[in-house]
Amino acid sequence: MGMTMTQKILADKAGLDRVSAGQLIKVKLDLVLGNDITSPVAINEFDKGGFDHVFDKNKIALVMDHFTPNKDIKAAEQCVQCRKFAGHMGITNFYDVGQMGIEHVLLPEKGLVVAGDCIIGADSHTCTYGALGAFSTGVGSTDMAVGMATGEAWFKVPSALRFNLTGTLPAHVGGKDVILHIIGEIGVDGALYQSMEFTGPGIASLSMDDRLCMANMAIEAGAKNGIFPVDEITIDYMTQRSGRSFKIYEADKDADYAQTYEIDLSRLQPTVAFPHLPENAKTLEEINGMDEKIYIDQVVIGSCTNGRISDMAQAAALFKGKKVAAGVRTIIIPGSQEVYRQCITKGFLEIFIDAGCVVSTPTCGPCLGGHMGILASNEKCVATTNRNFVGRMGHVDSEVYLAGPAVAAASAIAGYITGPKEASSWK
Amino acid sequence: MEVRGTVHRYGSNVDTDVIIPARYLNTSSHEELAKHCMEDIDPGFASTVNHGDIIVAEDNFGCGSSREHAPIAIKASGVSCVIAKSFARIFYRNAINIGLPILECPEAVGAMENGDVVTIDFDTGTIHNDSKGTSFQATPFPPFILDIIRAGGLINSIKEKK
Repeated sequence: MGMTMTQKILADKAGLDRVSAGQLIKVKLDLVLGNDITSPVAINEFDKGGFDHVFDKNKIALVMDHFTPNKDIKAAEQCVQCRKFAGHMGITNFYDVGQMGIEHVLLPEKGLVVAGDCIIGADSHTCTYGALGAFSTGVGSTDMAVGMATGEAWFKVPSALRFNLTGTLPAHVGGKDVILHIIGEIGVDGALYQSMEFTGPGIASLSMDDRLCMANMAIEAGAKNGIFPVDEITIDYMTQRSGRSFKIYEADKDADYAQTYEIDLSRLQPTVAFPHLPENAKTLEEINGMDEKIYIDQVVIGSCTNGRISDMAQAAALFKGKKVAAGVRTIIIPGSQEVYRQCITKGFLEIFIDAGCVVSTPTCGPCLGGHMGILASNEKCVATTNRNFVGRMGHVDSEVYLAGPAVAAASAIAGYITGPKEASSWK
Repeated sequence: MEVRGTVHRYGSNVDTDVIIPARYLNTSSHEELAKHCMEDIDPGFASTVNHGDIIVAEDNFGCGSSREHAPIAIKASGVSCVIAKSFARIFYRNAINIGLPILECPEAVGAMENGDVVTIDFDTGTIHNDSKGTSFQATPFPPFILDIIRAGGLINSIKEKK
């Protein structure tokens, strides 16, 4: 039986000819990532372990993105700890306010991750880089500490679910709708301990931003990683951004998949995940058929899931010449300085401000209920973020509805949850 | 290695946001984190939990964020073990790495109620419900994981071997 794409990368990084599901292996790491929340815990463990240097100062990335610009004194102290550690260890990829972006928007954009890499990050959405054909997975702070010290991590080789994509997406349907549909099908633990491998002719029609969004939410199905094959789109994306060499891995023809799901992209609709789990997916058609409209208090467009320039473009196309509904606070967060700059040069910023939106510097902020848009009790928010757990964006009695940027923007204008097609008939 | 404590019972998909809400992640102090453990799912937890108590939950315990603050908050609360039908993978890894014992045992979970007193032997994987007089067998930890738990976490176990 052949190996999956994930297994082939892991075998190579473990120095083995082949691996099989369930096998415990030790692999060499190409990058170790941490942020301003997880790195302090890792630095404490690193110090406790008596380590005095990192394995490679160019293969560690520390990104101050969660509670920055510092939301309070304690958050500021955590950044001081990271800043000192980065300086002391000579870490080259330290991204502070002014250079930083949301880590999973920033790293691919900076060319720090490429196909064939083996990456761990003390952030669960580290699985994002699978979009580039890398093995990439979220870990905790202790694993990050040991990774920084040794350049190695141990893994149990995962089995895999295969998602065979065919057809092309209809207008106004994007990567977020695809992944919400899939999580709705398999559930929040549907891929527990497994890889989600995306294959098939439908992938050619998905932009890099669509793929990054889909791989990003593999963790919301419990997966160890999500991964896409490398094609011309991936190669173009990488060569424009990175001077690093990359390696293309392909799953064996007879790779062993625990299960294969057939996804016809042309049949998908705008999709929204209702509180309080990402698996509570409903199509816009189902929502339109509900007895009562779902009125909202806030919209957030941004995050490591949907904070890229194509997300901003989708939102801008809807907001152009429109106003957000009275009483809907609409917060737009470009995912990096580069995305922010492009929003300026493309004229999106003016559209957003004219529509009555507020535009923030890059930050994870409201996604995890940190700052920049916390919800009061009984408030409802449509967000392009990745989690809608109880209390995720604020009060335990608030509600988050997950959607793509087109649904989020249309809902901001309407004041209730609706879609871009409905919006096209508005004056 | 044996522990004994009272059961705090929860359902499926207990996520790391309710185990330790992000608003408290501006600190890595174990004591501070413990004060807010389980706050958004069980506001009384921090004031009622006793040293040695046991958390019992259904499927996918610890799903969501990779924050190690979640198992740290549980361990610093005095909890001696988490038993669930299944765990989210990053939580599983993190719990072992910081030396918080966790066991997957669907049969035991199905037979435990809030307030039951339970004794667990980590060497054998035996879970005994003292209140109901029933016993269950979980897969015991392999020796290298038991070493990590005994040492109080991965870093300590590496230090011991240095």
